[in-house]
Amino acid sequence: MVVLWIVLAVVVGLAVTAGVTTRSRRRRRRPVTEPETRPGLRPPTKPPEPTRPTEPERSGTGAPPARMAPPAEAPEVAEALEAAEAELAEEERREGLVEAPAEAPSLRERLGRARGLFSGLRSLRGRGALDGATWDDLEEALLRADVGVATTDALLEDLRRRVASKEIAGGDQLLGALRADLVDLLEVEARWDGATDAELAGGRAAPGDDHEVVAPVGRSLRFDGEPGVVDVWLFVGVNGVGKTTTVGKLARRETAAGRSVLLAAGDTFRAAAGEQLSLWAARTGAEIVRGAEGGDPSAVVFDAVQRAAARGNDLVLADTAGRLHTKVNLVEELKKIRRVADRPPGRVTEVLLVLDATTGQNGLVQAREFTEAVACTGVVLTKLDGTAKGGGVVAVQRELALPVKLVGLGEGPDDLVPFDPAAFIDALLS
Amino acid sequence: MFDALSDRLERVAGRLRSRGRLSEADLDDALREIRKALLDADVELGVVRSFVEAVRGRCAGEVLSKSLTPGQQVVKAVHEELVRVLGGETLKVTYASRPPTVVLLAGLQGSGKTTTAAKLALWWKQQGRNPLLVGADLQRPAAVEQLRVLGSQAGVSVYSAPTDPVAVAAAGLDEARRLGKDVCIVDTAGRLAIDEELMEEVRRISSAVAPHYTLLVVDAMTGQDAVATATAFHETLALDGVILTKLDGDARGGAALSVKEVVGRPIAFASTGEKLSDFDLFHPDRMADRILGMGDVLSLIEQAERTMDRETVERSAAALMEGRFTLDDFLEQLQQVRKLGSLGGIMKMLPGMSKELRQAADQIDDREVSRVEAIVRSMTPSERADPSLIDGSRRLRIARGSGTATQDVNQLLKQFREMQKMMRGIGPGGIGPGGLGGLGGGGMGRLGGLLGGRKAMAGALGGLGNGDDADLASLLNQGGGTGGGLSGLGAGTGTTRSAGGTAKPARGGAKNKKKKGGRVTPPKHR
Repeated sequence: MVVLWIVLAVVVGLAVTAGVTTRSRRRRRRPVTEPETRPGLRPPTKPPEPTRPTEPERSGTGAPPARMAPPAEAPEVAEALEAAEAELAEEERREGLVEAPAEAPSLRERLGRARGLFSGLRSLRGRGALDGATWDDLEEALLRADVGVATTDALLEDLRRRVASKEIAGGDQLLGALRADLVDLLEVEARWDGATDAELAGGRAAPGDDHEVVAPVGRSLRFDGEPGVVDVWLFVGVNGVGKTTTVGKLARRETAAGRSVLLAAGDTFRAAAGEQLSLWAARTGAEIVRGAEGGDPSAVVFDAVQRAAARGNDLVLADTAGRLHTKVNLVEELKKIRRVADRPPGRVTEVLLVLDATTGQNGLVQAREFTEAVACTGVVLTKLDGTAKGGGVVAVQRELALPVKLVGLGEGPDDLVPFDPAAFIDALLS
Repeated sequence: MFDALSDRLERVAGRLRSRGRLSEADLDDALREIRKALLDADVELGVVRSFVEAVRGRCAGEVLSKSLTPGQQVVKAVHEELVRVLGGETLKVTYASRPPTVVLLAGLQGSGKTTTAAKLALWWKQQGRNPLLVGADLQRPAAVEQLRVLGSQAGVSVYSAPTDPVAVAAAGLDEARRLGKDVCIVDTAGRLAIDEELMEEVRRISSAVAPHYTLLVVDAMTGQDAVATATAFHETLALDGVILTKLDGDARGGAALSVKEVVGRPIAFASTGEKLSDFDLFHPDRMADRILGMGDVLSLIEQAERTMDRETVERSAAALMEGRFTLDDFLEQLQQVRKLGSLGGIMKMLPGMSKELRQAADQIDDREVSRVEAIVRSMTPSERADPSLIDGSRRLRIARGSGTATQDVNQLLKQFREMQKMMRGIGPGGIGPGGLGGLGGGGMGRLGGLLGGRKAMAGALGGLGNGDDADLASLLNQGGGTGGGLSGLGAGTGTTRSAGGTAKPARGGAKNKKKKGGRVTPPKHR
């Protein structure tokens, strides 16, 4: 039993070292003092600092979670509505934009505006002989786009082979071939053989989990619209990637498309997260269900699904708190949220992993971990309007067959477009 | 796949052994691996290039070390260079002669500015200062509200107004003066470096408040974009320092190196969690370890401290030191450790692990760990306290109760007994500050070596104390330049440790001597 030695070693090692450093650290811990009230400013009322779960909650099957405080009703929503109206009016004055534009702009158009013309690797154009500098340039372009060493090496090796066998001749052809290869990588289809073959979902479904593995349908967002069933789209990801903003943007898109949308403020941890989502609800005409700050996020999602079923909402968009995949308890919490959301009358038809385009190689790790935990069905790539190229999604698609479905290009409600692999790659190589 | 850098170097740097010096040509292969490792760690391409050249300059012509393998020597040089670049001068905070001292925070969307602002406020408050938070992010819905809530948690007042960011900042500064605050922290909205309008806005905010410290907040998982962003912000605002956030994740954090190289200003703080207290000064040596994929043991310890129940851990640590580590203690510890995550995952974070060990880590099925747990749980408390009680019929019962076979139970008991012997044999003061070296060289070295491969394992299990110590030592030391990492941990209060960490052979190369009497005297309690 090799495992035993390993276990003993780790346990002993950690216990000893943790024990040793704990003793010496204890002296250095400084207490946090009580808040003081200062006249003239809004006195700080001290809300309890919300705690993350320290015990892994395994609810398994059985009764739905105990109800937390009833979702925020009229007064808070009214307040938020006022604030939002004021903000919206201000925005309108500044931008003159009142409603969602009739036709959503494409990714190519938006990126074109941000990056200028797609010039490709200019140095390669028209180049006849392919020398070391050529390969260096290509490698540089890919690495700078966060494509990563492994994927870059694989791509270039294949291209080198084809150049050697005269399949490719000259700079233009080489560039074209690279572009085609990259687009191909992004078009890998997820083959689905039912819940047992979850391999292509990016890892086995966690043992003990009873959720159905959802098959992605190309790049569109799956919406069943079955009577008596509430479609739930769940948004997951690490801290600061843009989940809440994405939920808001999708609320705009779906309400504009005529669907009745209910937002679930599943981030009960982050300060003012509920307020933030409320403002988006008001801005987009969606309803919202909130819970007590520091409360159980699963309860909020459960309430939202119940309410949607009762009131006949078509779609629940469930926001969750940002969490690092390295935190086991938080990942367990997320699994529970998904399980709860998936209970009738709810059906989770999309689990969207929100990835930040500025993230480097850790994006693949995030994708892997989150997919293993909650079986992600797609990626929303945000902040692509910046200088980051977001090349990390190539590896995500290549290794996990997890498709990018949407791209976020700004903080406004309309800054969300469908993913277009060709346009994305053109921008990446520019 | 966690693959220690020096392991890779060992494979390619075979040629380095044959000569007495590190020649430039020989270095090429090694440096190519270094380059790959740094790129994997998200260090920006241009920075990687100049960095690798700097290391080449350092290493070329160096005499081969007697105690390090050539691969380890190169890694050590890389590590030292990393620490040099990441470290250097620390940010000295001097307070303005005419208060308040103004601190301006800037950065991309989602980098963690608002949370960092509150953390800074708390940090200053704990230093005895009187800070004011100014919420100048009027762009993000409920950003000011978020700052207010965090401010309450920190016990620091927050000022804002629904006008415009520049006006709010200026008014906030006035308010700080009026209230006699000595530090004024201005939070701003996240903005793209290429957004001309917003970069102009932050420049105007800066003009309005004339900050004494302008700090860029950077997310540790940022990729190649780090340089473009940092450069643009630096050109617009003339940064004084950088704060690195979300270091509690597993991103290698190469952005730290990129930004430091390009901006040239100190990385002042490291933010390591969502709680306001998760904030600390930046440690260049820890960051260097992390970037090189050598695992950040001290952060792991910190994480362990946070998630694991301290009392439980201390109790077990005490038990260990006094040589009375029982199955109960083991069970408690196992449960604590499992809270940290999968065992394989933890293993990967510990440095000083040989390749075989890490391969074993990859193969760990957490279900097996559950089985071990089940066996121990199937024992009665008295059986756990004194396993010698366990006779044939009890074994059978335990096996049945845990769904395993009696052979499994036998094996567990035997191995645990041997482990106990080993723990006791370490000697007085064997575990404690400085004494972990003994653990590293002797006991732990043995452990690491034992775990380092089926061959060694078979030999070791066959008869403890019979193994060839030189082999065991080398197996442990093979794993990364910090083969002595675990031993280095014991030094001091564990806050810093020597960069690089030389791999020493097992202490004295001696067999694990069992002290007469077998007991370890308990350390003096402070």
